[in-house]
Order: sequence, then structure tokens, then C-alpha cells
Amino acid sequence: MTDALLDVRNLKIGATAYPPGEPPQEIEIVHGVSFTLEKGRVLGLIGESGAGKSTIGLAALGYGRGGVKITGGEVWINGRDILKGGIRRLRDLRGAEVTYVAQSAAAAFNPAKKLMEQVTEAAIHHKKFSKAEAEARAVALFGKLGLPDPETFGQRYPHQVSGGQLQRAMTALALCPEPDLVIFDEPTTALDVTTQIDVLAAIKEAIHDTGVAALYITHDLAVVAQVADDIMVLRHGNKVEYGTTDQIINAPQEQYTRELVSVRSIQHEEKLPSPDPVLKVDRVTARYAGTGFDVLKDISVALHPGQTLAVVGESGSGKSTLARAITGLLPPTDGSITFDGRTLSPTLAGRSREDLRELQMIYQMADVAMNPRQTVGTIIGRPLEFYFGLKGREKRARIQELLDQIELGEGFIDRYPAELSGGQKQRVCIARALAAKPKMIICDEVTSALDPLVADGILKLLLALQKREGVAYLFITHDLATVRAIADSIAVMYRGKVVRYGSKTEVLSPPFDDYTDLLLSSVPEMKLGWLEEVIAHRKMESAGN
Amino acid sequence: MMRIPFAAAVGLVLTALYFLAALLAPLIAPYGMAEIVGGVWEPSSAAHWLGTDNIGRDLLTRLIYGGRTTIFIATAATVLSFTTGAILGFLAAVLGGWADQVMSRAIDLLMSIPTLIFALVVLSVMPVTVPMLILVMGLLDSTRVYRLARAVAVDINVMDYVEAAKLRGEGRGWIIFREILPNALSPLIAEMGMRFIFMVLFVSTLSFLGLGVQPPAADWGGIVKENKDGIVYGIPAALLPALAIATLAISVNLVADWVLNRTTSLKGGRG
Repeated sequence: MTDALLDVRNLKIGATAYPPGEPPQEIEIVHGVSFTLEKGRVLGLIGESGAGKSTIGLAALGYGRGGVKITGGEVWINGRDILKGGIRRLRDLRGAEVTYVAQSAAAAFNPAKKLMEQVTEAAIHHKKFSKAEAEARAVALFGKLGLPDPETFGQRYPHQVSGGQLQRAMTALALCPEPDLVIFDEPTTALDVTTQIDVLAAIKEAIHDTGVAALYITHDLAVVAQVADDIMVLRHGNKVEYGTTDQIINAPQEQYTRELVSVRSIQHEEKLPSPDPVLKVDRVTARYAGTGFDVLKDISVALHPGQTLAVVGESGSGKSTLARAITGLLPPTDGSITFDGRTLSPTLAGRSREDLRELQMIYQMADVAMNPRQTVGTIIGRPLEFYFGLKGREKRARIQELLDQIELGEGFIDRYPAELSGGQKQRVCIARALAAKPKMIICDEVTSALDPLVADGILKLLLALQKREGVAYLFITHDLATVRAIADSIAVMYRGKVVRYGSKTEVLSPPFDDYTDLLLSSVPEMKLGWLEEVIAHRKMESAGN
Repeated sequence: MMRIPFAAAVGLVLTALYFLAALLAPLIAPYGMAEIVGGVWEPSSAAHWLGTDNIGRDLLTRLIYGGRTTIFIATAATVLSFTTGAILGFLAAVLGGWADQVMSRAIDLLMSIPTLIFALVVLSVMPVTVPMLILVMGLLDSTRVYRLARAVAVDINVMDYVEAAKLRGEGRGWIIFREILPNALSPLIAEMGMRFIFMVLFVSTLSFLGLGVQPPAADWGGIVKENKDGIVYGIPAALLPALAIATLAISVNLVADWVLNRTTSLKGGRG
């Protein structure tokens, strides 16, 4: 027995797979992972989706989600193996000694109950504190986490607070019963960068002040570098590398870790604008039917042939609405859109087939952007048939050619989307857009649902295709690292307006307006102490004002 | 290769038996349909396996011919209700707005009248022929299918892949039959197994009430009606059609479940 708080020894986790047409199979998803965590330390678990990081995190609660079973190994917490002793012992453990912060606080809170009731529930249930004590603790935690009006915050319902506040309330919920260990499962992944930084700072401070130990699960190495003392890199259910944060970030040993650290280091030379833009959006204003609120206000941007215009902003800034206005799905109430020298009809019905062909779109969620009942061949082949009348062998040859261009090769043509990985799905969507031989493609957050390394591959592919086909991209994203990697010009959107617009160098060099400054400084950087620097800098600035 | 699960195999065999018996009725029935071959309510014997009915016709023969009529009418009515209901439902979902409102409220109006009473009223003024029965049953039932199809299609209609098809410039035909239909098939098939059985019960009910299949033609509801007085004397003749309906219901739904499982797989498991 060591004096570690959490000691995971040779943990093996299995699940049942259901391959179609075959009997169910038992598969192993975590292959013997071991680590220890001492009191007051923070261990970051990092890896791409399917690496088993959440599964390992939940195993520290003795829990397996959705048919997942712990098949071997030991999980020692406070000197006893929690996997032995049955469900009663686990119930005493959960919510008292070990607590959990879920990724989506909006989905984890009960919408029908006030926050205070939910935050104090575990502490009262486990008789750690009386109701009055627990509520006093909750108020103190609300204050510590920087929530507005800590005294009355708990009287609100979950829908009455913002996403960032809800995530902090969830952290208060986890810390309220005075646990020894908190498991943070991607707590900031669903938040905007500008919100993420506040939540991250609040979580870090709370961990530090309460002296609790924490497992911090995320796919974003830059984020975990800010909060963790140690990092364990996982891949396919195996430990790849385990070391201090300093060592992992500054001196990674394994090839895979090095790739993770150096991700998004694509260098892209900015191109000069040409005289004739392929797309010109002129003073466009738009609103959704039945509302009196303009979601787009007086937007003017231009995109030049073979170049990339990045539209950045947080959620709700109107960037996807801009795409809908350009495609004709949401006819603007005012302003005009010129495409390749001709004025586009504001509605989809008024556009010619040629207009539609030359302006293609790639979606954020490749899963739902492809009909699950069509094969890859049908998905890519349909535009060929529809726009160019290709049939039979000719069509198949062209599909294969497109598949080669997106680096998928043989054997994919007869597969269904469910048989592809996330990155492969997005590649097929790119091929579908390319099949129409467009002049311009709207890319709506095309990499945000993907793991960093896969996203990197997609961006490289898009750049290579741009070079070869001369296609222009309108690239909608909230991720500034992506913007740096691919943009020629940038439009920053905030609350339906373009607050900053120009070439990449112009937009990304000072002097900044307030919003762009906030946005740029909020993007996590892959270095230690970045969070403290930014927070200190902001405090200084607000003190100076 | 795909192994057929035991339950599905049982269902398949029984359903196939019923449909074969229906198709080949004149070949396998031991006697003529309306032929009087013995005394009233004779018990089962080597000559009459299930005995005879209230006027001395062979009960097995009546059941086989009755099955033929019942299954034919139910199948035709189900096909009619699913084609009309599904196409109208999909159309309402794709068109949206006013067209959807008008169609959906009209369907609500039809559904507010109890189906059986509606059918009885219509059939008491119209000539009771087999095509008329199929038409009335099919159209009345299509209201249920419409609501299911519309609800499923509304969800599918907002998926990005449908939006992508619209942006490509596809017509409504492609969107309904190539994008929506394949994805709406699973719930529709599940519903179809059940709707078919409801149809069997519906036509039996109508016949029992005298407004369905007209004598001397046999059908399962009619057999119950003709032999119901026998129950008082302990004659089980009226219960046999019930047994037939029950076994048919279960076996059809075992098959529907299996088809459903296969169609739910998104990895090319569809045969």
C-alpha cells in the first residue's frame, strides 16, 4: 500500500461490440493502465476520442458507462480497493469522496430544480454537512468561482444562467461535499474560448484553494498544460507517455506526444487580394422569420479566387447565419450578394443550377451531413450525375479519382458512412463538394468536431486542394489557431456585426479593438504559465482603467 | 452468412404457411367452400379434421377460404394505407407551412370520428364489395400512417444531408424517395407489422357485424358470426378463427421485428 490517494493498478476495461451480422464480441478498450495520484495534485488525462480517457476517469468512480465493464485491475482510493465491496460501498464513495464534473453542464443539471438544491444535494445526502452548512459552503464556492451575486445565485434555475456559469456551478457541485478527488471530464470543451479562459482560471483556483486532487480529462493539450501537475497521454486504451507537465510539453519522448505538442504548426503564406473577388457580400442584413431582431447587421466582406476568408467569432455571433444567407437558405432583408460578377438571387429557388454548382458547402458534423443509407459512391456520385450527367463506368472512374484526391484510395466506394471514422467522413464530404467543381466552398466549422491530429490532416488536405483546384474557401470557425493556419483574410464577427476585417497580418497585429484583443488572448497556448500571464495581464489592464 | 434467429424463423414459417394456404386454397381445401358435406356442428373426425359448421360445411375448408379472403383484404388495405399515408405524410413534412397545416388538420378531422363507426356509416350507403372494403379500410387507416410518416419525416427533413440535397438543387421527388424514405423505413416497417394485424381484426369485425365479406363467401369474422350460437352448447367452432388471427398476428410481428433489426443497421446490413 502506498500513501497515494488514488492508485490505479493494471486497469483493464472491456465492452461488448455488436458487429452487424455477427454474434456480439467482447472487446477490450483499456489495456492495463496504471497510475497514481497524490493528495492535492492534478493529473491530466489526454488523448483523442476513443483513447479511453473518459472511461478511465469514470472507472475511478467504479462506474462503466453504457455496457462498459471493468474487467481487471485494481482501483485503490484512500487505501481500499473500490472495485471490491459491492454497490453499497460505491454509493458511499460516489459524491462524497470522489465527485464528477461532466462535459455538458446544461445536460447534467436537472432543469426543474434550483441550482442550490442540486449543488448541496450530495453533501447533505452523505451527511457530510447539515443543510445550512452545505448552503453556506455553496455560497462560498460560488464566490470563489467568480459567479455573480453568490448569495442569491443558487436561487436560480439552470436555464437562467449562461453556459460558462453553469459549468462553474457544476464545479461548485463537485467541490461542495469536500471530496478528496474530483474528476473533470472535458469541462471547458463545449465553451467559447473567451468563456473557457474564465472557467479554467476559476477551476484552477478552486483546486488550488481547496487542496483537492483532480483528474482532468481533455483532448486539448494546451488546456491541460495550464491546470495539471502531471500528464498522462493515452492512445487506443494504452498509456503512451506519463510525466510532469513540464516534461510532456517541453521534452516529449514519444513520437505521438511530439505530434500532439506540435499540432497546428501549419505555415501558410498569405496571398494578396486580386481585383475581382469571387464573392462580394455587400451591406447584408438578415433576420429569422417571425423575429424582430437582426442576426446579421450590415455585413460587407469579399473573398478572392483561390483564397481563404476566415470568419471568426464565438457562438451566437452570426457566422453560420452569414453562410445561410450566402447559400440562399436565409434570404437577406437588405443588401446584395455578388458571386463571380453576377448578382445572386436572395432565395434558393431563384438560383440557377450553375449558381448552386459553383457554391458548395461542407458542414461541421460530417455524421449528419451524409445520408446514412447511401454508400460513399452514391454520396460522391450524385453531384457528378446531377451536374455533369456522368453515368456508369465514367462516373465510377471519376469517383475513384476524387477518392484518391482526398487520400482514401480503393475500397471505400461501397462503404456506408457508419463504416468510416470521423476524419474519413469529413473527407468524403470534401469530395462531395469537390465533385461539383465549385469556385467556392463554404466550410462551416469543418474541423471543430475532430481530434487535433485528424483536424490537422483535414486542414492540410484543404490547403493542398486549394493550391491544385484554385477553389476559394469561406472558412467559418471559432478556433483562432485554425485561422492562423489557413486564412488569407479574416473577418471577426461579434453580435451580428463585423468588428474587424482585413488581411490576416492586419487583423492579427495591434492595435486591437477590445473584442479582438479578448478573443486573441483567450486562445490557450502550448506553454506553462500561460493562464497566469493572461489573467495577470487582464487584472493589470482593468486596474489601469 | 446471416443466421436467421429462432424466433424469426418460427415467424417466417408460420407466416409463409398462412400465405401459402391463402394462395393455394382451392388446391389444398378438402371440400368446396360452400359445399354442405355433413350434419350441423359435427365433432372432428377423419373426414372433417375440425368438424363441421352451423349448416354442415367442412370447417377446415371454411377456415382456409376465410383466411384467403381475410389475408387478401388486409394485405391490400395495408398496402393502400401505407402508400397514401406515407407519401402524403412525407409531402406534408417537405412542403411545410400552409400545405402541411391544411393536410394535417384535414387528417385530424377524419381521425376525430371513430374509425369503426365511420366505416359502418360509409359501408351502409355504399355497395359492400371487396374493392370498396379495401378502399374504406385503407383510407381510414392511412390517417394513422400519415401522422407517423409526417412525424418521422419532419425530423429527417432538418438533417444536414437533406439541406445539402436542397442546396444541390434536388427536386422534391429525390428528397422524398432517396433522402427521407430510406431513413424513415425502420419505424414504418415496425408499424406495418402491427397495422396489418389491425386490418385483419378490422375486416373480421366488419364481417361479424354483417357489413364486411358477404355470405356465402367465407372470412374469419364471418365464421365467428355464423358459429357464435354454438358456444352456448360447448361447440368450439367460433373460437378457431380467433386462434388463427392470434397465431398470424404473432408470426407476422416476429418477421417484422427481424426485418426491423436488419434495416436498423447502418453498415450495409440491408438485404
